[in-house]
Amino acid sequence: MDAASIHQRLAAQFGERITAFQAEALQPWAVVAPEVIAEVAAFCKSDPDLGFDNLMCLSAVDYPKETPPRLELVYHLWSYAHTHGFVLKVHLPRESPSVRTVENVWGVANWHEREAYDLFGITFTGHSDLRRILLPDDWIGYPLRKDWVDPDFYNGLHVKPTPQMAERSMAGEKLGVGPFDHTPPNRHVED
Amino acid sequence: MSSGFGWRVDDLDTDEMILNMGPQHPSTHGVLRLELRTDGEVVRAARPHIGYLHRCFEKHAENVDYPGVIPYTDRMDYVASMGNSLGYALAVEKLLGIEVSPYVGAIRVIMAELQRIASHCVAVGTYGMDIGAFTPFLHLLRDREKILDLFEWTCGARLLYNYNWVGGVSHDLPEGFVKACRAFLREYDAITIPELMDLLIGNKIFVKRTAGVGVLPVPLAISYDLTGPNLRGSGLARDLRKDAPYCGYERYQFDVPVGTGQFGPKGSCFDRNWVRSIEMAECSKIIHQALDFLEKTEKTDVHEKVPKRVKPAKGEVYARSEAPRGQLGYYIVADGTGVNPYRVKVKSPCFTAMSVFHVLSRGMYIADIIALIGSLDVVLGEIDR
Repeated sequence: MDAASIHQRLAAQFGERITAFQAEALQPWAVVAPEVIAEVAAFCKSDPDLGFDNLMCLSAVDYPKETPPRLELVYHLWSYAHTHGFVLKVHLPRESPSVRTVENVWGVANWHEREAYDLFGITFTGHSDLRRILLPDDWIGYPLRKDWVDPDFYNGLHVKPTPQMAERSMAGEKLGVGPFDHTPPNRHVED
Repeated sequence: MSSGFGWRVDDLDTDEMILNMGPQHPSTHGVLRLELRTDGEVVRAARPHIGYLHRCFEKHAENVDYPGVIPYTDRMDYVASMGNSLGYALAVEKLLGIEVSPYVGAIRVIMAELQRIASHCVAVGTYGMDIGAFTPFLHLLRDREKILDLFEWTCGARLLYNYNWVGGVSHDLPEGFVKACRAFLREYDAITIPELMDLLIGNKIFVKRTAGVGVLPVPLAISYDLTGPNLRGSGLARDLRKDAPYCGYERYQFDVPVGTGQFGPKGSCFDRNWVRSIEMAECSKIIHQALDFLEKTEKTDVHEKVPKRVKPAKGEVYARSEAPRGQLGYYIVADGTGVNPYRVKVKSPCFTAMSVFHVLSRGMYIADIIALIGSLDVVLGEIDR
């Protein structure tokens, strides 16, 4: 099936809740209302004509400058049976974004959703094991958001030295915190 | 019953035990920590902990320009760097609408397939070592070394190449490359492949150790998005080089090996490893044909299509290619204003292969866990990115 007929099939089933369709894109996509994404995903997999048995990729993207500002979840679907693909998107608010999980439909979504939670702070309701996956458990904040600022300290260690600090430390001065307390072991000493 | 050492066997605790395997365990192929809930020798549940090698690839990619991302892609799957940069280059080219010349396409195919052989050499060799066979590893690394020499001769680097550029490749093949590559392949076909089959694949102990362990049915593989040799080991012949050819793969004749379940259930550890071994022979076939094509085709400048400034219009693309470990996907969003990508997301085949681990490992023996990890052929650099 081509993208237009896939969209028609989805629109016939879900009507208003398929809120937009972009046909001119390189890979056409449809925007789905967040509250029905689990149903749409289940339908995509179970419908014999669509047959999307494979979730190729699940990505999150941050758009703080759009009006309204939003986080976007992008589901790249693929059907091994019909060898066609389609893209679903879900728009979420940047403040406390939450959406239902699709891990019961495609098992691989489990880890992809954990990654989106870890790096973007999107919570997936009904997820079996929503923990940070790539970053340490005690990490604060969501680094792939566009407004992310690197922290100065991590667990009491000064992790963002300024060039001046590095210079002073190399000159032997004790700066009081973190790794710069120690003289680098392999430091070349002139005298 | 008294054991004579002041304690009684009856007093032993028979509860379940949490066993941490890794992150420094050599057979976890990098820095992977497995949390195993064990009941004696049997694993009741397993939880992989990843992220020890996380280097913020996606964040880095947003802060450099499009060509600047390529060295970072090399560092994801450091055992098969050519495949990573090729996937990225193809994705950006799709976004820009660039089509490279058949000559450059053939060079890319040769490099990608040599890399596939080198990568499978490591995969199959270390797998043998995990199971307890040390010799095949040495024999295979000998051949990988020769491939790395060819790479070094071409682009100066042995591991991280920055070779596949957007719109071309960094260096043309050096004079005499075709001859040297043929000489290597002759030796490889005549010696390494039969050697590998004799030493490892046909080895009774190896077969008994792997056939029937870690059986992965096709529906589970598709649901968890396993691709490449892991999927083909379960018996489904899906290969992007055949299904959606890029770089002129449609020109070359080769077979897609699938697991047959000759020594046990289909989709076992043996089948996945067997697919890799047979694929090593198929790669050689492709390279022979690509070298023939290279000699016949008109030579073009390898930098001919390289754009001075990569600045795609607003848009997005998801492009996949068949890396040695499976389908490597890049989702790239361009906002049309800057020269940096707005967002790069990598779907790494090892990431998805690792995500099925907790399902497969349930009810296995601890010793078989080692066989399972090796057969999924994960590289932690790519899982953690």
